[in-house]
Amino acid sequence: MMFDYETLKIIWWAFVGVLLIGFALMDGFDFGVGILLPFIGKTDVERRIMINTIGPTWEGNQTWFITAGGALFAAWPLAYAAAFSGFYVALMILLFSLFFRPVGFDYRSKIADTRWRSTWDWALFIGGFVPPLIFGVAFGNLLLGVPFHYDDTMRLEYVGGFLDLLTPFGLLSGVVSVAMLTMHGAAFLRTKTDGVLAQRAGRALIIAAMLMMLGFAAGGLWVAFGIDGFRILTMPDSNTAFMPVVKTVERVRGAWMDNYARWPLMWALPLAGFGGAMLSILLTMRQRAVAAFLSSGVAVTAVILTAGASMFPFVMPSSLDPNSSLTAWDVVASHKSLGIMFWVVVIFLPLIITYTAWIYRVMRGKVDAAHIAANEHSAY
Amino acid sequence: MAPIEEVINLSRLQFAATAMYHFLFVPLTLGLSWILVIMESVYVMTGREVYRDMTKFWGKLFAINFAMGVTTGITLEFQFGTNWSYYSHYVGDIFGTPLAIEGMMAFFMESSFVGLMFFGWQRLSKPAHLGVTFLVALGSNLSALWILIANGWMNNPVGAEFNFETMRMELVSMTQVIFNPVAQVKFVHTVASGYVAASMFVLGVSSYYLLKARDTGFALRSFAIAAAFGLASTLSVIVLGDESGYTAGEVNKVKLASIEAEWETEAAPAAFTVIGLPNDKAERTDYAIKIPYLMGLIATRSTDTQVTGIKDLKIQNRERIIRGMEAYAALSRLKSGDKSPEARSAFNELKKDLGYGLLLKKYTSNVIDATPEQITKATNDSIPKVAPLFLGFRLMVGLGMLFLFIFVTSFYFLIRRRLSKHRWLLKLALFSIPLPWVAIETGWMVAEYGRQPWTISGVLPTHLSASTLQVNDLYFSLAGFMTFYTLLLVVELYLMFKYARLGPSSLHTGKYHFEQAANQNSHA
Repeated sequence: MMFDYETLKIIWWAFVGVLLIGFALMDGFDFGVGILLPFIGKTDVERRIMINTIGPTWEGNQTWFITAGGALFAAWPLAYAAAFSGFYVALMILLFSLFFRPVGFDYRSKIADTRWRSTWDWALFIGGFVPPLIFGVAFGNLLLGVPFHYDDTMRLEYVGGFLDLLTPFGLLSGVVSVAMLTMHGAAFLRTKTDGVLAQRAGRALIIAAMLMMLGFAAGGLWVAFGIDGFRILTMPDSNTAFMPVVKTVERVRGAWMDNYARWPLMWALPLAGFGGAMLSILLTMRQRAVAAFLSSGVAVTAVILTAGASMFPFVMPSSLDPNSSLTAWDVVASHKSLGIMFWVVVIFLPLIITYTAWIYRVMRGKVDAAHIAANEHSAY
Repeated sequence: MAPIEEVINLSRLQFAATAMYHFLFVPLTLGLSWILVIMESVYVMTGREVYRDMTKFWGKLFAINFAMGVTTGITLEFQFGTNWSYYSHYVGDIFGTPLAIEGMMAFFMESSFVGLMFFGWQRLSKPAHLGVTFLVALGSNLSALWILIANGWMNNPVGAEFNFETMRMELVSMTQVIFNPVAQVKFVHTVASGYVAASMFVLGVSSYYLLKARDTGFALRSFAIAAAFGLASTLSVIVLGDESGYTAGEVNKVKLASIEAEWETEAAPAAFTVIGLPNDKAERTDYAIKIPYLMGLIATRSTDTQVTGIKDLKIQNRERIIRGMEAYAALSRLKSGDKSPEARSAFNELKKDLGYGLLLKKYTSNVIDATPEQITKATNDSIPKVAPLFLGFRLMVGLGMLFLFIFVTSFYFLIRRRLSKHRWLLKLALFSIPLPWVAIETGWMVAEYGRQPWTISGVLPTHLSASTLQVNDLYFSLAGFMTFYTLLLVVELYLMFKYARLGPSSLHTGKYHFEQAANQNSHA
C-alpha cells in the first residue's frame, strides 16, 4: 500500500511531531534530573541516587533525539539543512553541552574524590540545563520567523547571528522549555525515590509547574496579539513536488491563530497543557507520584503540540523572504523516500516502544541509599 | 553564493578531525562487544565464575570507551546539517534514509540495552543477560552496516537520479543503495578491522598481567579468546580486503589508480609498485620497486582486465567536464521555464555528467563560460594527491601483516603452552595496542581523502557542499571541539589506564591480585 504524496506529507508532519515529543517525554526527565542534581541532591549519596534513577535508561532516551535528527534528515532534508546551519552557533553550544552527559554519568563515580565528583555534577547540570534552553529558544524563533532565503540553486543564505536569537520572545520560550522539563524530571524523581529527596522533588515540581504555566500563558497572549504569524496565499498543488520559493506567503499579526478559528477543537491542546501541569501539582500534593508523572507527560505533549499545530503547515518560516518559508508541503523528501521511511517508522517504532517498556519493567522499583551502598563499585 | 574557500577548508578540517576522533572509539565498541558475548556465552554454558568476572571487567573498559563513542557520534550526525547544508539538501533524499534507519533499527537497540547490560546482572536470568549483551553487539554492528551503506553511496552513488524540479538527487531504488557492492565490502572490512583492534586491546592488556605474573588464570583465558578472535578477524580483513570494491564506480577507479600510483595504463596484468615516492608534479613514481603482474591480479582478480592509469583517467575526466558544461546549459534552460519535451530530453541525455560540470563552479559561477585554462584546472582537481594515498595505503597493509604475525604466533604458543617462555611476544602484544588504531585511521584517510574532490563521487563536488557560514562561526566551533575533545581524551585515557592496571581487582570480588595482596598484608 502506498499513500499519495499529499497524505504522506501530512503523515510525516505527524511523525516528526511524534519523534520530537518522544524525545521531550523520554529524554526530558533526564534533562530535568540533571537540572535538579546540584540543588536537591545535598550529599554524594543523594546525588548518586538521583543519577542512578536514570542511569540504566538515559542512553536509550537520548536516542530519541538522534533518531529524530536522522528522521528529519531523511524525511525533511530541507528543514534539517536549514535549521542546523542557520542556528549554527546555538547548535554547537547544544552539542558541547550534550558531551557532558555520557561521560559524566559513566565517569563521575569511578573516582572517589570530592572535587572530581562535584565537577562532574555541574557538568551534568549543564548537560541538563542548556539543551532544553536552546530547544526552547530555537522553537520561539521558529514562531517569530528566521532570517533566511534561497538562491536559484537552492543554496540557503542565513542572515543573522547567535545573539539575534536571544529576543525577549525567544528567551521566554526557553524559560517555558526549561521549566517544563524541570517539572517532568521532578515528577520522575518522585516515582523513583523516597523520603527527603522525594519531598524536595515535590517542592521543585510545584515551583517549576507554576513557572511553566505562567510562561506558557504569557507566550500564548504574545503569539495572539504581539507577533506576526505567516499565512500561505498561493502555492502549487500539494500533491506535487515543488521548491519552497514558488509559493507566496504573507506575514500578518495574529496569523498563528488561524488554525484555532478553522479547527476550534485545537483549543483542547493549550488547555491540556495547563490542565496537565495543574493536575501534576495536585497529584503531587496527594502523594500520587505515578499519576503526577503521567500528568506532567500530558502537559509536555500538549505544550509542544500547541506550538507545532499553531504553525501548521509552516515548519520554519522565513522572516527575511516569507516565500522561502519551509512548510510541510515543500520541506519533504521525494514521494518514494517518504514512503520507505513511513514503513521504517511503522515497523520499528512499536518495536522500540515494546523493548523500552520491557527494560523499564526490569529496572522498576525505587533507588535508595541501601542500593548505592550495595553497588558501591558498579552503580553510577 | 557559494561559501568562501576558508569556510570550505575549515569545514573539511573540522569534519575530518571530528570523524577521525569519533573513530578512535568505534572500533573497540564493534569488536569488544562480540568478545563480551563470547566470554559470557562460556559463562552461561560452563557456569564458571571467572568468565562472568571477565565479562564484567572487560565490560567496564567497554563502558569507559562506549561513553566517548556516544559523545563523539552525536557530533557527526549534527555536522551534515550544520556544516554541509547544501550537501544535506542535495542528497538528503537518499543519504538521510540509511542514517534514519540506523537510528531506528540499530542505535536504539544498542543504546537501550547497554544500560541493562551494565545494571541488569542481578535482575535477569543468565541466558536473558547474555541475550541483552548479544543485542548490544548486534546493535552496534548493525549501526556500522547502515552508516557504511550511507558512506558507500558517497563513493558509488547508485540508485539515484537528479530531479531539476527540486534541484537535488532523488531516490530511484533503495535496493540498489542497500546492496551497493562498495557498501557491502566496506562494511565487512570496517567491522573486521574493529574486531582486530579489540582483539589486540584484550591481547595486549592480558599480556601485561601475564608479564606481571598476576591474575594469570584470568589473563590467560582472556588472552586465548583474544588470540582466536583476532586471528580470525585479521584473516577476514586481509582476505576480504577493501580492494575488490575499488573496481566498482567511477571515482573508485581514480582512487585505485592513486593508491597504486598507476600513472600510465599498462597492458594487463599490470605490475604492482611495492614502495616508491610518488611525484605528483612530474606524474611518476621515483625509486619505485615493482613486482610484475601482481597489481592486475589483486585489483581486477583477472589476468586480462586493464587498470586505467591516472593520465588516461584525466583525459576521460576532461571530456566529462566539457559534457558537464553542456549539461549545466541544458539545466539552465529548464530552470528558466522552458520545460518542453526537447529541453527535458536534452538534459536527461547529459545529466550524468552534470557533477563534472559543477567542478568548474570553483573557478566560474556561470560554468558555461569556462575557459580552457579553467577546464584544465578542474581536470587536475579531479585526481586526489597521489603520495598520501599511496603511502598511507602501504602503511595500513604493512601493519595488517604485523597483526597477522602477532595473532598467529600468540595462538601457536598459547596452544603449545609456551607463552611464558616468550616474553618478547607478550611485550610486543602490549606495545602494539595502539597500532590497529593507526592502521584504521590511515585506512579512513585513504578512503575519504581518496574520494576528493567529491563528497558524492561524480555528482557533487566538496567545494559546493559546505554551508554558507561565517569564518568566525567555524573558529568558534573548532575551538570548542579542540578544548572539549582534548579534555575528554585526557580523562578517558586516565580512567582506561587506571582500570586496565587495576585489572579484575576493580570488580571488588575479593578474589584478585590487589585485594589478595591487601588481605595477606593485613594477616601478616
